[in-house]
Amino acid sequence: MSTVMDTGESISALRTLRRGVHYSPELVEGIRVTLLLAVLASVGQVVVPVAVQQVLDKGLGADGGPDVSFTVWTGVLAALAIVGTSWASYAMTSRLFTTSERGLATLRIKAFRHVHDLPLLTQNTERRGALVSRVTSDVDQVSQFLVFGGLLLIVSVGQVLVATVVMLIYSWQLTIVVWVCFLPLFASLRFFQRKLSAAYGVVRRQVGLMLSAISEPVVGAAVVKSYAVEARTQGRIDEAIGIHQAASTRAQGFTAVSFSLGGLSAGLANAGVLIVGIWLGQGVVPGADDITAGQVLAFAFLVTLFVGPVQMGTQILTDAQNAIAGWRRVIGILDTPADLVDPGPEGRELPRGPVDVRFEGVTFAYPGGPPVLREVTLDLAAGTRVAIVGETGSGKSTFAKLLTRLMDPTEGAVLLDGIDVREVGQASLRRSVVLVPQEGFLFDDTLTANVRYGRLGASEAEILASAEELGLSDWLAGLPRGLETRVGQRGESLSAGERQLVALLRAHLADPDLLVLDEATSSVDPALEMRIGRALERLMSGRTSVTIAHRLSTAESADEVVVVDRGRVVQRGHHSVLAAEADSVYAGLHASWTAQMGH
Amino acid sequence: MQAQVTDERTSGRGSTGAGFAVLLVAIKREPWIFTVSTIGSLLFGALTVADAWVLGWSTDHVVLPAFETGEIGGDMLLAVLALFVGVAILRAVGIVARRLGAGIMQYRMQAHTRRAVTRQYLALPMEWHQRHPTGQLLSNANSDVEAAWGPIAPLPMAVGTVAMMVIAVVQMLVADLVLALVGLLVFPAVMAANVAYQRLAQGWMTRAQQLRAEVSEIAHESFDGALVVKTLGREGEETDRFAAKARELRDVNIRAGRIRAAFDPALAALPNIGVLIVLAVGVSRVLNGQTDAGAVVTVAYLLTIVSFPIRSIGWLLGELPRSVVGYRRVRSVLDETGEMPYGDRTVGVAAGGARLDVDGLAYAYEADRELLTDVTFSAEPGRTVAVVGATASGKSTLTTLLTRLVDPDRGRVLLDGTDVRDLAAGELARVVSVVPQAAFLFDDTVRGNVALGADVGDEAVWAALRAAQADGFVAALDGGLDARLGERGTSLSGGQRQRISLARALVRRPRLLVLDDATSAVDPEVEARILAALREGDSDATLVVVAYRKATIGLADEVVHLEDGRVADRGTHAELLERSPSYARLVNAYEQHDELAGEVQA
Repeated sequence: MSTVMDTGESISALRTLRRGVHYSPELVEGIRVTLLLAVLASVGQVVVPVAVQQVLDKGLGADGGPDVSFTVWTGVLAALAIVGTSWASYAMTSRLFTTSERGLATLRIKAFRHVHDLPLLTQNTERRGALVSRVTSDVDQVSQFLVFGGLLLIVSVGQVLVATVVMLIYSWQLTIVVWVCFLPLFASLRFFQRKLSAAYGVVRRQVGLMLSAISEPVVGAAVVKSYAVEARTQGRIDEAIGIHQAASTRAQGFTAVSFSLGGLSAGLANAGVLIVGIWLGQGVVPGADDITAGQVLAFAFLVTLFVGPVQMGTQILTDAQNAIAGWRRVIGILDTPADLVDPGPEGRELPRGPVDVRFEGVTFAYPGGPPVLREVTLDLAAGTRVAIVGETGSGKSTFAKLLTRLMDPTEGAVLLDGIDVREVGQASLRRSVVLVPQEGFLFDDTLTANVRYGRLGASEAEILASAEELGLSDWLAGLPRGLETRVGQRGESLSAGERQLVALLRAHLADPDLLVLDEATSSVDPALEMRIGRALERLMSGRTSVTIAHRLSTAESADEVVVVDRGRVVQRGHHSVLAAEADSVYAGLHASWTAQMGH
Repeated sequence: MQAQVTDERTSGRGSTGAGFAVLLVAIKREPWIFTVSTIGSLLFGALTVADAWVLGWSTDHVVLPAFETGEIGGDMLLAVLALFVGVAILRAVGIVARRLGAGIMQYRMQAHTRRAVTRQYLALPMEWHQRHPTGQLLSNANSDVEAAWGPIAPLPMAVGTVAMMVIAVVQMLVADLVLALVGLLVFPAVMAANVAYQRLAQGWMTRAQQLRAEVSEIAHESFDGALVVKTLGREGEETDRFAAKARELRDVNIRAGRIRAAFDPALAALPNIGVLIVLAVGVSRVLNGQTDAGAVVTVAYLLTIVSFPIRSIGWLLGELPRSVVGYRRVRSVLDETGEMPYGDRTVGVAAGGARLDVDGLAYAYEADRELLTDVTFSAEPGRTVAVVGATASGKSTLTTLLTRLVDPDRGRVLLDGTDVRDLAAGELARVVSVVPQAAFLFDDTVRGNVALGADVGDEAVWAALRAAQADGFVAALDGGLDARLGERGTSLSGGQRQRISLARALVRRPRLLVLDDATSAVDPEVEARILAALREGDSDATLVVVAYRKATIGLADEVVHLEDGRVADRGTHAELLERSPSYARLVNAYEQHDELAGEVQA
């Protein structure tokens, strides 16, 4: 199982483009028209030089004095041509903006969705800041390139080819000279592209790390302030900023050197054309001794037609590396397999009603670690209330995650109503099975919105009724704006206990057939916890519930207790029976619990 | 619609001026590197002209003689080679100086600004942080900073071309005053086009930058809550929420892009139109005998020469609106003045437990809802006070006041008789450690997370981990103290994170230790061992614990019972059990349940 996200760094530039277009098909929509407009727009660059040439030769310099009407007509035609080509340029850029923004929005949305489809382990190993930067600033980099670089690059390559053909018509020998002078540049281009690609890969990665460092004093403001570790935190941020700066500067250094090489080749080519031209004329180089000085000089001007687009192309290529690096990282997300594969339309539906749970020889190990659960085989009858207990690190939480298919077992299978969970459609699974984790994350919105997360269409009356059933009406009534209270970022305007209440309310509203509570009331006061516990007992009738708790009060009231120790199920049965087994794991847990309670 | 409104408010006549003002900030900050890159740009420009001169020289002195006489020395050919290559090398130097210089300047400015912004994040009080979403703040430090200093990249090139333009303009004026003036009409036209562009684009740019922040905000929150999203199968709804903003950003970007698409060709066309007008006027002047054809050619040619530089200046101008918007957003953080005021008093370090007096404390987060009202209690040095109360009774709020994350609306917190507001910055943290309910870990090693830069040896770190019952699992981690915990400690379980967070407090040997339900995710057995270590350890710290479990409460010399933000009662655990039915109900809940369960069994 892979828990590391694809950085995308191994993808070649060409493949990046292909994958990019694959994920954002909008990018190539109407590309032919856009290319045509690009050609028209580039004609605009020669309109005025041609017009000036014509006016000078035939207008001002006409035999018998300046020809006014010719000049005026040429001017009018040129002005019309400028208007036309300007419109073409506007239409082209406008289309480019439209297609690239549309394509990138699609890419952003797909990548965002895929992050949610990734396995929990992969999500946890990635820094949030880095994930965020992939769907934000990495995508922004691509946008700059697509609008201002991509098409110009194609046009430049075309111009280089056309210039080569024209040069060949004049003199194939001199054309070879030009190409020989540029060959080192083209050869070194690959080298520089690799260097640049690596350098910009580092830059994009450092952006993620830097954002991650910057997020610490924002997310952890309370800890930073109460421990007065501002200086240390700033030190860590400054370091990340410094590394990013150094990486960017280094990449810029490569860009500058790579771009300057084109000029060197141009200088060589100019000198080469003149010298070899002279040699050709003198017969030192055989094959074209009829060449004239005028032809050599004309060729020197042709070289500028060749050099211009080469320079432009090199610049775009070097600037593109930053964009490609960003693009790769976004594509890297999409190329990371979502290894909890949703069987999709073939997925089976869980029948409604209490769920029967079966673990068949389930072993689970985190990548590179020892097994956390070992060959667990277990049946939990439909409609029972099961408590899972065990010491920290015994594998209880892993149990909950396998049960709700947040992870898949390394060996064996988890069956719900006799169906392997891997064959159950995600929609059906999430509809029937709900996990309430210890830290109930809330969104920066109202209570209503957060509770509706459990059932989207729930009416206010239904929410209030749910709260009533769980015994939370008093608490709700005590809030300043009741259900319209805003919970703040991550729910931090509420206490940890209150956040757990919201999570419970949310789960209750979701109306699952199998409810899994993983320390879901650990921060709630004892009296309320007991009230909720009793309410849940009532509400759970007709459903299956699995509760993971270190407060053994939960175990005492469960239909069945499953004791986990070092990855194996060591005891199971009713509390009263297990507690009586002397020297058992459960007896030990129970003894320390009663001591805690001050019995 | 909204963008139009923003447009009215933020843009205005001075928006190009505002753009240059932002650039001036950068130039003042990095004058030397700016000078170097500008010289590089000038060198590049000069040598581009020199290239033409070299070609001319070679034509006159080498190529033409060679074809006329058929004889030319090898040394002359060598000179041609040397001239071309020499000019090319110098030009390459110019390019490197210009581009690298611009890059260094841009990245330095980004780094300066990011450091300044994050310093603000660290300096601004808790309340400010509660009002600003994480994604927004990340965006301020990232994409806004990038936007603000974006125009630095084309800046040296633009400055260099301005120099070239000045030379060209002087030559034009010398050639023919009238024609030159006609040609120079291009400049006010370009300025007018630019002002129009700024006015049209700035509103959309502002909106786009705001949307970038919102997109980042949603992504950050959604990825933060990934577990909940997954367990409730809400990936689709989350994607819809993100997609709505991403699409809005797309539409605004397209609108801004279309304006840009219209502006660029207009800017390119204006000098060309100028050339045509010069030709027309020129022809009539030649007819009237006011000038000669050579002057017309010169002016037209020079105007063509400057048309490309005008474009490159256009690129700079095009970047300005986004820069102004980014800079304003950054400034809005930098200009915040919500800093917590500190006094200059100090408290002793070595004097054992600290005395804590809480006097008439009241605090409201929102004006209409007081979370704490008239809370008064004391903790003698070395004693333990338990704060007990139902969920949402104000316990956690009380701990934030004790550690001065926020200041009370009324009343005082006194440490050894000194109001904590009179203490110097950092002084409180030297004496008081708090273990919050939700442990926050840094993306660092175990050692780094526990020591947090404090000058403590590995032995002290291990001792603290032992007391927090964390030594066992830390020893089992690959790398032990050097094991990295990942962002926010995601590689650990909730209980493990809490214990690291506890060790962090213990290693500093605080004189007042505040535990805010700090062992909620820990097993009872482990918790019992932690409590024993706290009691038996050689620490004589004063202890304030927010707790529910009787074993913890039993440790306390005094219990403060909070109900709805008020002190309902104070006394020993036994006293409160006897005289307060609501207290007894709260702490005896588990036992009552046991009895209930027992009855059912019987």
